[in-house]
Amino acid sequence: MYRARRWTMRQFAGFGSAQDTNQRFRYLLSQGQTGVSVAFDLPTLMGYDSDDALAEGEVGKCGVAISSLADMELLFDRIPLGGISTSMTINSPAAIIWAMYLAVAEKQGADWSTLTGTLQNDILKEYIAQKEYIYPPNPSMRLVIDTFEFGARHTPKFNAISISGYHIREAGSTAIQELAFTLRDAIEYVEWGVRRGLAVDDFAPRLSFFFNAHNDFFEEIAKYRAARRMWHRIMTERFHAKSPRSRALRFHAQTAGCSLTAQQPYNNVVRTALQALAAVMGGTQSLHTNSLDEAWALPTEFAATLALRTQQILANESGVTSVADPFGGSYFVESLTNEVEQGAWEYIRKIDGMGGMIPAIGRGYPQKEIADASYRYQTAVDRREKIIVGVNEFKVGEKPLETLRIDESVRQSQIGRLRALRASRSNEEAHRRLSALRKAAEGTDNLMPPIYDAVKSYATLGEICAALRDVFGTHEEAAVT
Amino acid sequence: MHEKRIRVLIAKPGLDGHDRGAKIIARALRDAGMEVIYTGLRQTPEMIASAAVQEDVDVIGLSILSGAHSTLAPQLMKLLKEKGMTDVTVLLGGTIPDADIPALKQAGIAEIFLPGTSTQDIVDFVRRSAANKTC
Repeated sequence: MYRARRWTMRQFAGFGSAQDTNQRFRYLLSQGQTGVSVAFDLPTLMGYDSDDALAEGEVGKCGVAISSLADMELLFDRIPLGGISTSMTINSPAAIIWAMYLAVAEKQGADWSTLTGTLQNDILKEYIAQKEYIYPPNPSMRLVIDTFEFGARHTPKFNAISISGYHIREAGSTAIQELAFTLRDAIEYVEWGVRRGLAVDDFAPRLSFFFNAHNDFFEEIAKYRAARRMWHRIMTERFHAKSPRSRALRFHAQTAGCSLTAQQPYNNVVRTALQALAAVMGGTQSLHTNSLDEAWALPTEFAATLALRTQQILANESGVTSVADPFGGSYFVESLTNEVEQGAWEYIRKIDGMGGMIPAIGRGYPQKEIADASYRYQTAVDRREKIIVGVNEFKVGEKPLETLRIDESVRQSQIGRLRALRASRSNEEAHRRLSALRKAAEGTDNLMPPIYDAVKSYATLGEICAALRDVFGTHEEAAVT
Repeated sequence: MHEKRIRVLIAKPGLDGHDRGAKIIARALRDAGMEVIYTGLRQTPEMIASAAVQEDVDVIGLSILSGAHSTLAPQLMKLLKEKGMTDVTVLLGGTIPDADIPALKQAGIAEIFLPGTSTQDIVDFVRRSAANKTC
């Protein structure tokens, strides 16, 4: 947040079909949100088309089902991408979804060099926490650096990555772990970019971050402050960046989903408001506030609206936007910032000692730290050392809540659409472009151009991801409990 | 008399990768003295049923936060029946709307544990259901 520029109110949304989600996007924009944020369903996140056998029961349930450019065109119908900042929460298939987004932008007549938004595209945190990985680390990192390179050339206003701590925290990490693992992931991305031959100041300005806004008000603010300070030091001392834009950490925040309760769901409105306040006073550039029904289902329109109003009240009525970093100089917050920073440096040093984040992931190190932290937290809750209102204290008889229901009709309709797509496109051309992609993947060329070509021929997400799977193989994790 | 340890399979069906809860339950049950096998992520109902038979478990704990429970849980129950595993207790935890619970119990799920459940409640339930079977 800057005094002269309020944070972007960017509500994560997506469910059912592209049409369903398009309607919710246009509704939220009409209600005053200032950026779009796309949630995709699990088949899409994992690189499967809606008609895949593995997609049964899953289509449209966690986000929008996108199987091809045709779906993406519907998703952004009547949403001028040239004028609205768009964030996409997609990781393993990020390059493909981004190619679809760019194709839609082109069709709409938008100039790529003016496009604003963010691609999550942070594969390292998938291995660590969110677990939506497809390919092994090396080819996955290659894809990420391909997007950095492509973005530096074609989309200078678009954030090619959102290096995330949110999911790490949701998996149960501490605030210090969230900060440390996120920054160490960032270090890994910068190293790979530099090794590719990119000048650090050519791509670092478009690295963005994504943090959790959890319950401990002061600790969260200290975390954001420490993050900015540490990134500046990392970019200056470790990577010798010259541009101030390479050294300035910009972040999106989301209030903590894992802190919301199924019990007494209206309490969640209060939790979200306090967490949002911490994010704003901690200086976030962009914010998503959760809905009250998150522990039960995807948000109803009512719940999503109330979440947006929470931000609007903060922005327009609370007065906290009149000063940047209001806690600067506070004896307590400065001390806490130092403490969080020290804790994070210790973890970074440890991971450096292991040879970097990829070796650390291979050893299961961050995963085990997170599992241990989450177990300690649960133990504290079970023992009532940590009180959660409505859950282990102040309980009532619960009334059922009306929630959003998504049924199997989305999958059925997608199956029909995919059949029609395969009948109407040139299958010869699509397959030719998929072969070209496979060939490029075997070499070292930037994969964005062949991916873009494949997308434009209406090769499906599943077909493109399968082509890459043929070349890259898949990743299996050793289950750590 | 030497008591046989309760054997539990903790499974993540479907594409969902959120394993925080599954891992905590696995550890809590292990700490409570049970033998726990965690399948890891992205198991099909067929893979889970096969593992249950192979590991000869008393209890299966499913963790589903993706909304796919209404499809995957009944599919698993059908497969278990086909494989002759009619005595196994199947539990489900995750993001399960109230309205879906009756159908799941009808399909044979013994109990559904919603967010906010303490690990002790789950340990106690598993112990009770194992005790009820030894007669």
